[in-house]
Amino acid sequence: MSDQRAQLVLETEPAESAEIRAERLARVWTEPSGFLGWFRAVHHTTIGKRYIVTAFIFFLAAGLLAGAMRLQLAFPEAHIMGPDLYNQIFTMHGSVMMFLFAVPMMFEGLSVYLVPLMVGTRNIAFPRLNAYSYYLYVFGGVTLFAFFFVNSGPDRGWFAYVPLSGPDYAPGKRADIWAQLITFTEVSALAVAVEIVVTAFKLRAPGMSLNRIPIFVWGQVVTAFMVIFAMPGVVIASTMLLLDRTASTQFYNPAVGGDVLLYQHLFWWFGHPEVYIIFLPGTAIVSTIVATFSRRHVFGYLALVLSLIATGFIAFGLWVHHMFATGIPQMSESFFTAASMMIAIPAGTQIFCWIATVATGKIVLKSPMLWVLGFFFVFIIGGMTGIFVASVPVDLQVHDTYFVVAHFHYVLIGGAVFPLFGALAYWFPKITGRMLSETLGVWSFWLFAIGFNITFFPMHILGLRGMPRRVYTYPAGAGWTVLNQIESCGYILLFLGVLLFLLNVWHSLQRGAVAPANPWGAGGLEWATSSPPVPYNFLDLPTVNGREALWDAAPDQPVVVGLHEDTREILTTRLLDAEPEGRDEFPAPSIWPFVAAVVTTILFIGSIFRPVAVSIGAIPLAIALIGWFWPTRRESARRRERDVWQKET
Amino acid sequence: MAERDLAQRRLLDVSPLPSVTFATRSITWWGTLGMMVIEGSVFALALAAYFYLHSRADTWPPGVLPPELFWGTLNTAIFLLSVIPTEWYRRRARRGDTTSVQIGMILSILFGLTIIFVRYKEMLHLNTDWTQTAYGSIVWLIMGLHITHLITDWVDSVVLTALFFSPHVEGKRFVDAEENASYWYFVVITWIPIYLVIYWAPRWLRS
Amino acid sequence: MIAFLSDVPGFSGPQTPLEPAGPQALQIEHTLLLIFWITAVVTVIVFAVLTIGVLRRRVGGAGLPPPLPVDPKTERRTTWIVGGAIGVTVVLLFVMMISSFIASHRTAALAASSTMTINVYGHEWWWEIEYPNEAEPYRIVRTANEIHVPAGTVIDIHGTSRDVIHSFWAPNIHGKKDLLPGYWNDLTLEVDKPGTWRGQCAEFCGLQHAHMAFQIVAQSRDDFDKWFSSQLNPAPDPQTPQTIHGREVFLTHPCVMCHTIRGTTASSTVGPDLTHIASRTTIAAGTLVNNTGNLTGWIANAQSIKPGCRMPPNPMPASDLNDLVAYLETLR
Repeated sequence: MSDQRAQLVLETEPAESAEIRAERLARVWTEPSGFLGWFRAVHHTTIGKRYIVTAFIFFLAAGLLAGAMRLQLAFPEAHIMGPDLYNQIFTMHGSVMMFLFAVPMMFEGLSVYLVPLMVGTRNIAFPRLNAYSYYLYVFGGVTLFAFFFVNSGPDRGWFAYVPLSGPDYAPGKRADIWAQLITFTEVSALAVAVEIVVTAFKLRAPGMSLNRIPIFVWGQVVTAFMVIFAMPGVVIASTMLLLDRTASTQFYNPAVGGDVLLYQHLFWWFGHPEVYIIFLPGTAIVSTIVATFSRRHVFGYLALVLSLIATGFIAFGLWVHHMFATGIPQMSESFFTAASMMIAIPAGTQIFCWIATVATGKIVLKSPMLWVLGFFFVFIIGGMTGIFVASVPVDLQVHDTYFVVAHFHYVLIGGAVFPLFGALAYWFPKITGRMLSETLGVWSFWLFAIGFNITFFPMHILGLRGMPRRVYTYPAGAGWTVLNQIESCGYILLFLGVLLFLLNVWHSLQRGAVAPANPWGAGGLEWATSSPPVPYNFLDLPTVNGREALWDAAPDQPVVVGLHEDTREILTTRLLDAEPEGRDEFPAPSIWPFVAAVVTTILFIGSIFRPVAVSIGAIPLAIALIGWFWPTRRESARRRERDVWQKET
Repeated sequence: MAERDLAQRRLLDVSPLPSVTFATRSITWWGTLGMMVIEGSVFALALAAYFYLHSRADTWPPGVLPPELFWGTLNTAIFLLSVIPTEWYRRRARRGDTTSVQIGMILSILFGLTIIFVRYKEMLHLNTDWTQTAYGSIVWLIMGLHITHLITDWVDSVVLTALFFSPHVEGKRFVDAEENASYWYFVVITWIPIYLVIYWAPRWLRS
Repeated sequence: MIAFLSDVPGFSGPQTPLEPAGPQALQIEHTLLLIFWITAVVTVIVFAVLTIGVLRRRVGGAGLPPPLPVDPKTERRTTWIVGGAIGVTVVLLFVMMISSFIASHRTAALAASSTMTINVYGHEWWWEIEYPNEAEPYRIVRTANEIHVPAGTVIDIHGTSRDVIHSFWAPNIHGKKDLLPGYWNDLTLEVDKPGTWRGQCAEFCGLQHAHMAFQIVAQSRDDFDKWFSSQLNPAPDPQTPQTIHGREVFLTHPCVMCHTIRGTTASSTVGPDLTHIASRTTIAAGTLVNNTGNLTGWIANAQSIKPGCRMPPNPMPASDLNDLVAYLETLR
């Protein structure tokens, strides 16, 4: 094996000029152009940008739906909309936020764009699968809205309990499109999860051993594992629901041995980890921004990593806390209360480490850091109300009331949306090559932060005053009117805050200051390349010497040479110590992921009308997949000529 | 990157590294492993649902006989036998032995066809259908999940075999052959607990 | 101390967990307030530390200081402080957890001493209430949306659903319990003193989930017994020409397809039992006060008040409608 290892050498003069190499790499890696070229793209920065923009559009749509809800709830017994439309709107709001915004943005969009750059490689693992996962996601989302616009939007809540969503009580196709939305988004997320794990395991820069992996990457890898183990729960729950509705199965029919709680167990097995899938990337962002704007390595790297992993595990032991009112045995109640409180320990650990970083660093209060401070204030409140709902007796009072609506908006908006706005402000220069306006950024932060608290804080009080959730109206004499009206006014500030952010983006894209490679003086590898990155990410693949690659680099930090630059060749490294291990070739752009996604979409949508569509649709899908993987003569010949086989030990 | 004195630039030359790598050194291997973990979780949860429904039932199976043992047991035997040609061609693939892989994969396809046919017989002798009870539904769901894997793996194998008779034979194809063998093992190994649950649990758990 | 903690201003009324009317709600309120005070104090402390940290360490101006080197002494001291903070967190969580377990245990312990069972069946979108009697079936009382209980008695609410999942929740008295098809769930209640409290369905159950409320009416033992005996009686025969005609209207219209009035031939159980409709203070599951105007409007067109509910509009001449309402108002 000794002659199949990488060699550290001293070079006296460069073999080729950087310009010639850059030109050749650009020829190989630049995305195809033109109309058809758009559908053949496979680079992670392209797909990542698409994810981020698409997810943000869904966020805006779901936010507008929330505005409609706040309008209806601003007056007791209002007739702005009837119960049927309201039920569709609140279900769409929740489903779009959870399935089409939160996970695709926090996990898929950010990790697809950033992880390959942060680990120092040229593309994400399985690039065509990445493209396919994006198309599937956007087709699923568009289809959902198409159904909504023809009055067939789901209306059973974002978790669609049976029997309310089953064949007896949910006529039409509304619950079916909800269940298929799950299928679209879950296949998409699972695909990205595998890509992220493999990218982080095998494509890291030499020298990036496990204890030098950026915390952002750790966070996304733990999230990816959670996706892999959790999503199967909702796969099964929604498949069983679809089968009950379309194929006369009896999974949830108590009359013949079925069980309505089976659905809840399967759903929440997924549903609880789901919220941590949304939250952990938020913590990953916070760790990154806190370090950069405190001008020091984040405090407590080991504690932070262990907290991420502990959260990932414990998150799977909490799901029954969504079912405390269903009549579970007392022993279960105690276990799930204990576990639900226990998860506050790793979360608290992270918070203390971040505060320690702030307290021992030099704080630069730019807008990404403002958003992170907002995260602290909002998420901590949400975490505290989480202790209320973790306690069974207290939960039995506040479950399914506006108290819990307040809780989850504080942890989700605090834990994900605030860090997200911080992330967008932080990485916008890298992604677009322009700086955002700091003034507009500060204004949009304060409008959003104040508007958020005005809208959601009173909900704690409303819940403790007896107002249940998912009600399209409420009686005039209940004492809930004033608080509801305050909340509806708060929405206006939220709306303005987001609007200002959009204006900032639009204006900066046109006329923002040109961004240098590293405007924040940060330490991660993504800042070692141009803004925006060149299509091949790095001219020279880097090696690293520490956790903040740029801050810890040696004066003569080596770069990687020896890869073929006339093909898409990349370096694979060992899992534990990132020693170079092999070379592999990434696939070129292709139309097949798009074609396969179209076929899959037709199969999924067709199957809710005629289950046999699955069998029939499998054939064109197989054809598309064969086209995807079938090699060209030229690449097979070239590889045959150049192949270096691994020596068997 | 940090400033470098051109005269002293250090380089990490990776050109000696192999470009055809197997098992943990192959990205495809890791991707396949990821798929197995996902699908394995789906199976595990489906089996958990089976036992959950059993815990809520008075009699099991409710009102019907358990599935007949013959066809399922026969298929289990064939599955186990199929490991022999599979392991053989997997090892030959690591040495780049095209002919052995061609023969091994054809044998594997023939085993697969037989298993699919016997699986068809199994489904006819389950003694229940999916519309009558939750028990019938979960039995058909579990079998259906496994059938999906069986058939997609078989089609996958056919396509890969075709590639081995085409001008496209090179290192990557041998890595694919190893993956194909691994995925077949996944189909076989997941069958064991499913077989025990579908065919034997109702006999052992009669409440 | 407990009394001080228990008196939360601004949270009073017939549908709030912070004005407990029974021992369970009181026990729960103690845990809730304990958790509130601990988390509020910790939150304020953490906010203060963070704010002071940011303000003290902030560098002004447009510059970006170079990354700071790691000082082992500072790191060591910080490790101790962070470790201490985690330790305090664990202890506080433990305290809150124990309080929660104690509250759970105490509220469950009451179940052993229940002396009366009331069956509750959840429907879309009303509550079927039944006072069972296995030994003497003619002493079963059935009513809807209004549960009378003797104050000071431990009651077992024994509940299931006839359709989708609902949740039985009277916050002044206890936490909620889901009503599930295929399951019977139990909730033990005790109300200290006579009074009326409002409950509401707390599991989204479709179009009119927002209008699915009920009342718990606690009475002295004597008053309860009087109420119960009167509920046992069948509907009195109408005495006046108007009410006699009203009963005719009832028996010849679609009403009989869904409603029971014991003492007549109407015995369908699809909708609420109307034998003593006039004895109830609300109609339409707590949506409307039970008075002539509301009852008339409800019968004429329930869909305009609770769109999507199971009761169809009943167009009829005004005189028929008035007579019908007059009859129903005799059913005390």
